[in-house]
Amino acid sequence: MKDVSIGMFIAVFEEIFGAGLFWGMVAVAGLILLAFVWQILREHRLESRRFLRAELWAPVGAVAAILFVQFVTNSGFSDIGGPIDVIVLILIGSAGAIGLTILTYVLLGLLPGRQKEAGR
Amino acid sequence: MLTNRRQFLGLSAAGATVLLPGSPARAEKLPTKARIVILGAGAAGTAMANRLAQRLDGAKITIIDARKQHLYQPGFTLIAAGLKPAGYSVSATSDWLPSDIEWISEAAAEIDPTARKVVTTDGKAVDYDYLVVATGLKLDFDAIEGMSLDLIGKDGIGSVYAGPDYAAKTWTAMDRFTETGGVGLFTRPATEMKCAGAPLKYTFLTDDYARKKGTRGKSEIIYAANNKTLFGVPIVNEKVRMLYEDRGFNTVYDHVMKAIDPGRKIATFATPEGDTEIGFDFTNVIPPMRAPDVIRDSALPWADKWTDQGWVEVDQYTMRHRRFPEVFAVGDVAGVPKGKTAASVKWQVPVAVEQLVAQIDGRESAETYNGYTSCPLITQVGKAMLIEFDYKNNLTPSFPGIIAPLEELWISWLMKEIALKPTYNAMLRGRA
Repeated sequence: MKDVSIGMFIAVFEEIFGAGLFWGMVAVAGLILLAFVWQILREHRLESRRFLRAELWAPVGAVAAILFVQFVTNSGFSDIGGPIDVIVLILIGSAGAIGLTILTYVLLGLLPGRQKEAGR
Repeated sequence: MLTNRRQFLGLSAAGATVLLPGSPARAEKLPTKARIVILGAGAAGTAMANRLAQRLDGAKITIIDARKQHLYQPGFTLIAAGLKPAGYSVSATSDWLPSDIEWISEAAAEIDPTARKVVTTDGKAVDYDYLVVATGLKLDFDAIEGMSLDLIGKDGIGSVYAGPDYAAKTWTAMDRFTETGGVGLFTRPATEMKCAGAPLKYTFLTDDYARKKGTRGKSEIIYAANNKTLFGVPIVNEKVRMLYEDRGFNTVYDHVMKAIDPGRKIATFATPEGDTEIGFDFTNVIPPMRAPDVIRDSALPWADKWTDQGWVEVDQYTMRHRRFPEVFAVGDVAGVPKGKTAASVKWQVPVAVEQLVAQIDGRESAETYNGYTSCPLITQVGKAMLIEFDYKNNLTPSFPGIIAPLEELWISWLMKEIALKPTYNAMLRGRA
């Protein structure tokens, strides 16, 4: 490929989702991440009990992400053909797991009553 | 707190601005009054129009093409495999053209490169200072005796290349064949052709469906190669030969389809030993491919190469015409040894634009096209080999050490199914 650049990848993502949806999703992901960091800063620590509860959702996120990719493409587990495919599978699963863990941590932190518990 | 949030938002906005794509349009525009005519609003012509509009200020750009529909041709294989509807490949030509150029929705009837003039089918004469030939090619179905487009979808006859609706009809025929079994006959023409991997892909896909439906045992799959190879790049040819053996295909060499009898379901092939007949229950007819008549009737084609096909005589590195230096050819119609694919267009277009802009500016450009082309060679639904190569038949992987070119991989399929069309669209807009 000629000219593999960040600009090209952004252009491709904009074509996949449409510019509005793509940048909307980037903004939502960014806001969730900011809320996560904001909670840690506000509480001066990563609340371990809440994080553990959030982590329980990680496998759900991992499986959901993998099944989602298989659902939107005509492919399945039997199409894994080489090491890079296993790595891609792990990366997709990891993205789902980390994403859902952070989202759950943020949501638990925002639930009424939880903040007090966290602040103790 | 509020101040902090505002700071946060301000930072995010600044971050987003920095992240916004730096398109080639950011380069300073060259002021010019040049009249540039582009023949053809397909992949190459449209990408040229957008890139030139981004690079030039004041140029009069005219694109000539009668077709109201833009076709995403790399999607035809997916349509013919029942994975996408015919509409997947269809959009409007006008969706992709820049607003500040003129589109004449007629075909070119005559090109006079000496007088620097194009005449349209309605008799309109358009003068140019620079001409970009991007007409694409002609599928010469008439060259196969007994073949016509209305046969596609009936009597086991398919033709993936003929267009999105014909690709969908081909799927109907292939679906029927893989339900019952029989003889599947696959061919390729002896001319240069667009995406030489497509005939192979469709053979693999038919085999895959027959296996999944449990009819492979009742089927024979014959691949009739036009010469002594399955693919022009030796290292890829060996890999495909091994895969064909693994899948149990019967390969015959030096077979060029010259006639088809839909009633008797027999195809006739020219071979070095004379004509031979092969019966079929399903076949994917791929006709010879040639430059459109308007090109062949002009002074633009090679005089000593591809004389039966008429590709435009361009320098294979700069895409500039060898006799008429103000003429360029890009895409399928260009007379270069490789590269009748959208992936080639993606590389050829920036090179031709740089060469043309430099010429207007009175300087020389060092940008060259190395023959790069790419073929996501599908070997079953869900797996493909991402094959990329150049004029020298060297493999040129975009992701060396990460995506192995000669392995059947899921990631290569994902790229074909998810990323290829968006990349193509970004290319049309001059952003990739």
